[in-house]
Amino acid sequence: MAMRKIQFVALARAAAFAASLLLPAIGVAADAKPSRIVAIGGSVTEIVYALGEEARLVGRDSTSVYPPEALKLPDTGYIRALSPEGVLSLNPDLILTLDGAGPPPALEALKAAGVRTVTIPEGFDRNAIIYKITAVGAALGAEDKAEALAGKVQAALDKAVALSAEQGRKARVLFVLSAREGRLMASGSKTQADGIIRMAGAENVLADIEGFKPVSDEAVIAAAPDVILMMTGTGDHAASNETVLALPAIAETPAGKAKRIVRMDGMYLLGFGPRTADAIVSLHEALYGNRKPGE
Amino acid sequence: MAEMAFAAEDQTRRSRVTRPALPQVVIALLVLGVVVASGISLTAGASDASALAVAGHWLGLGEVNAIAPRDLLIVEQIRLPRVVMGLLVGAALAVSGVVMQGIFRNPLADPGLAGVSAGAGLGAAGMIVLGGSLALPAIRIFSYATLPAAAFLGGLLTTVILYGISTRLGRTSIATMLLAGIALGALSGAATGVLVYMADDKQLRDLTFWSMGSLGGATWPKIATMALVLAASLAALPFMARGLNALALGEAAAWHMGIPVERLKRTAIVIVAAMTGASVAVSGGIGFVGIVVPHILRLAIGPDHRFLLPASALLGGALLVLADSVARTVVAPAELPIGIITAIAGAPFFLWLLLRRRNVLDL
Repeated sequence: MAMRKIQFVALARAAAFAASLLLPAIGVAADAKPSRIVAIGGSVTEIVYALGEEARLVGRDSTSVYPPEALKLPDTGYIRALSPEGVLSLNPDLILTLDGAGPPPALEALKAAGVRTVTIPEGFDRNAIIYKITAVGAALGAEDKAEALAGKVQAALDKAVALSAEQGRKARVLFVLSAREGRLMASGSKTQADGIIRMAGAENVLADIEGFKPVSDEAVIAAAPDVILMMTGTGDHAASNETVLALPAIAETPAGKAKRIVRMDGMYLLGFGPRTADAIVSLHEALYGNRKPGE
Repeated sequence: MAEMAFAAEDQTRRSRVTRPALPQVVIALLVLGVVVASGISLTAGASDASALAVAGHWLGLGEVNAIAPRDLLIVEQIRLPRVVMGLLVGAALAVSGVVMQGIFRNPLADPGLAGVSAGAGLGAAGMIVLGGSLALPAIRIFSYATLPAAAFLGGLLTTVILYGISTRLGRTSIATMLLAGIALGALSGAATGVLVYMADDKQLRDLTFWSMGSLGGATWPKIATMALVLAASLAALPFMARGLNALALGEAAAWHMGIPVERLKRTAIVIVAAMTGASVAVSGGIGFVGIVVPHILRLAIGPDHRFLLPASALLGGALLVLADSVARTVVAPAELPIGIITAIAGAPFFLWLLLRRRNVLDL
């Protein structure tokens, strides 16, 4: 655990260093702005759109599904399984990727092809979002727009977090990633789900474990969540509310007895991009309704 | 099992009398097939880079600066290594399949049977999940090589254990090896399961993609390693062919025919472990080549290993290279895992062959 944290810090520092090198370079060659950009990573693509720079996009990865117009761009596949020739076939002059893109040989080939690649660090808190916006803006040569957007998002986030912090007793939330055949895959700490639950002024009941993990029925009952949080969508997440609430593990919890289940769009809820402030407010309202602060 | 022996005899007799040139003709056609498949694969891709133009550039034809550096890079650094790697891995998997089926005298045997693939998979999973925590500088620097190395070591270790379990007083029991291989495979699978449980989201995705195979990681150092392993294994093929033909009649019969049966089995195990381990290491889990290719060829040219082994190497390579062309183009600019293509194309074709020829080959 400690090791991971150290690595993450080192990574964030390295990324910050890379960005600091980048900023002056772009400042000098202002007329050499990239015009054919491949955006890899849902929140990166969202930020490019939020900056109004989408006309320069020529491709996206399969996790970039918002805004809906982005779906019209050619899809280069999953962020961890990029095809170097596929990306190069779009003739990009900048590849803007969320941290963790791969596989390494593909990135190596792209580097060899002389295409500039900028890595945006991922993170699940307020500062990470602001940093992503600043870094994307710097890479695009749209610093002014990025500063404006970052300011706006920062204000919205602070407001949302402040609003959420006013609760007296925190709601205890269980984030369920999937409930295939009654086996629950739920979120521990250090995940997007954990981040958004905290920011919305609630408590992740499985904060003791790390990452998305299958959890036993007993652990769920012992965790006693007030609310079940899930993503809307298909595939793994397709279990209906009735099915989930009827699961033996869930039915016994306060959430199961009160039939409290909240569904939100995955990319909206977990994207950690420009829409996260809205997501915090939506989640907060869904969790607490119109309950007065301190109640 | 006995049918294969009779078929072998029958085949030898028939090929002497009625169609003496057929296996040679098929092998010649397969050589042509390898060339055509490689040509197709060099030309096909997500981008419009022209392999012909690059070939012209290599030969010094055309204008010196006519070719875009990007196209040169795509053909030389992305497509060519994949083609070469596909030929090597396809050949290794198909030949491993033939050797396994021959040594176990069972048409269902495939390279995965001896637990080698599972062991290699465990090695790879271990590196994907735990590699990041081993903050050794060496792992950071050689990160491209650590995953294949871990997979190869996993496969090798499984083989050594398997061999130790099934060998007593210098005699290797094939039946024990089969059962122990299944048990070791299950054990490796369980250990991989533990790693899957520990893995985070990204590592899970990496594991999934890895298990479906890809030639995307082809680099020249990996190709050189793979080529060495394959060359060393192919050098033993003449000895293997004679031995496996005799072994089709049973171990005792082979021994009476003067075949050094124990040495044959040892060599076979070493060859299969090295080739499967190396293949899985460089390209992940690519299924079906090891079982489909030998059977297609048995139906076409009969079970004589003298022809079956080289023909399998050629067909395996050609098919994998074609599968990779499909993988690279069908969802461009994205890419499908090649294991999906080999299974989607291989399984129905195999079934069709079985239906068409079931009166000839009674498995």
